[in-house]
Amino acid sequence: MATPSIAERAQDVVEEFALFDDWMGKYEYLIDLGKDVPAIDDSFKTPDYRIHGCQSQVWLRAEEQDGRVYFFADSDALITKGLISLLVRVFTGQPASDIATAQLEFLDKIGLQDHLSATRKNGLAAMVKRMKQYALLFSATVRN
Amino acid sequence: MPTPRTSVAFDVDAVRAAFPALQQTVYDELPLIYLDNAATAQKPRVVLDRMAHYYAVENSNIHRGVHFLSQQATDAYEQARQTVARFINAAHTHEVIFTRGTTEAINLIASSYGKTQVSAGDELVVSALEHHSNLVPWQMLCEEVGATLRIIPIHDDGSLDLDAYRSLLSERTKLVAVNHISNALGTINPIAQIIADAHALEIPVLIDGAQAAPHAKIDVRALDADFYCFSSHKMFGPTGIGVLYGKEAWLNALPPYQGGGDMIEQVSFERSTYDSLPHKFEAGTPHIAGGLGLAAAIDFMESLGHDAIEAHEREVLAYATERIGNIEGVRLIGTAPQKASVVSFLVGDIHPYDAGTILDRLGIAVRTGHHCAQPLMDRLGIPGTVRASFALYNTRNDVDALADGILKVKQLFA
Ligand SMILES: Cc1ncc(COP(=O)(O)O)c(C=O)c1O
Repeated sequence: MATPSIAERAQDVVEEFALFDDWMGKYEYLIDLGKDVPAIDDSFKTPDYRIHGCQSQVWLRAEEQDGRVYFFADSDALITKGLISLLVRVFTGQPASDIATAQLEFLDKIGLQDHLSATRKNGLAAMVKRMKQYALLFSATVRN
Repeated sequence: MPTPRTSVAFDVDAVRAAFPALQQTVYDELPLIYLDNAATAQKPRVVLDRMAHYYAVENSNIHRGVHFLSQQATDAYEQARQTVARFINAAHTHEVIFTRGTTEAINLIASSYGKTQVSAGDELVVSALEHHSNLVPWQMLCEEVGATLRIIPIHDDGSLDLDAYRSLLSERTKLVAVNHISNALGTINPIAQIIADAHALEIPVLIDGAQAAPHAKIDVRALDADFYCFSSHKMFGPTGIGVLYGKEAWLNALPPYQGGGDMIEQVSFERSTYDSLPHKFEAGTPHIAGGLGLAAAIDFMESLGHDAIEAHEREVLAYATERIGNIEGVRLIGTAPQKASVVSFLVGDIHPYDAGTILDRLGIAVRTGHHCAQPLMDRLGIPGTVRASFALYNTRNDVDALADGILKVKQLFA
């Protein structure tokens, strides 16, 4: 079976969040997602893997295999961890070039956009940017 | 001596009614519970009206016009300076320098005092409780001139270790710079003692009073402070203006901070001579409306009476300390015997950011994180705290809402 595309996975996320009609339910779900993310090894929790611009600490690393990028992320705050788990879920295993050019409107459609504070939004933007940087880096090495 | 006010009972409902921002709801019709006063305080209607009136009617540049409006605005701005001088009991009105805020006031001294009085091998003393604003300018100065920064350590309850402080003072110490009240923990520091100890060795002292101005009676003369700084926006006035108080002798001795209009006496291409105090330190067109708004904020506070404000705040803090501190799993950070209007805490091992996000969604505005005091958080071995900071308009009701919110947080992250 073909890997679902970024857009398809994003749509899945939007549909899952639509099942909750109040903010508490959405947050609870996000927090649960955060709890399920496998912690990344402490040896990767270094400044090199740290993403700045988030109020909590966030670490992200990536591996490339056959032109596809696999992400591993962690945070010391559960809501943040839930949010990055969404990004990882949508992006991981996708072709590097798709990640680099992906549009991410789904984040505005999960019904938390009013509640993601500006600082959090910046944090999210920083996470997406780092993921795209990894993708660009890998697509460059693949081409060479 | 200002006449002591006969304390009328403090009517907190009437006080709240004076603040338009407190009347709003957030998210889905949730009443706003504003507990981020240490970051900035809300503004009473009288402050907003004063500023609007200036722009609508009195707007003109000051200290330079012959015309009616300019004279009027100059008078009002200088009147505001007098109000500030009275508020802090300065000996002279020209000891009040308007700045952009506490940060600029400290940078002014770091520049004007630092460049002339501090050199290689000298030491500056700050405390482990400082806001970055009262730390980074001194680090920059030390780097520039080759001086060393010495840090007064704290006890585990967040109070300063005064014995250690005294042992840091020496003939190499050129300045002590400490905060009056800690923004992160609410500790009220014994600054009168700190100043007296430094003065015994003829060391001048700068007090960062950013957190004290909205809460405590400030008397720079009784304290014998050499420099005292605060920000208007934390004391119900507008952003963009603040105060550097300096003893006349110091301000006369120090060189200007910035050059430009308004601070000069004579200018030629060869050289310029500087205007007298306070203008020497106020280059360029100042925040005129801000000065007037600040004066209105001071008048507002004084109309309530300092004693009444302090009594009300003490009661709310005592209630909050007990109510929040008694929630199972809550750990209060900062339990010094002398505290003002701040309850900093952690809820179990829930990240402060997670807790703050949920509280926010419940309409409760708190601050989370390191509160611009990263070295302090390192010292306490925590990533940060959730901080509820109270002002004169907060009530037991607000504390109850916070306590309920914390229970929700616990439930969500259980
Ligand atoms: C203790 C203390 N010092 C300095 C500052 C800096 O004040 P401002 O940003 O108004 O210059 C603050 C404000 O956050 C503070 O709480």
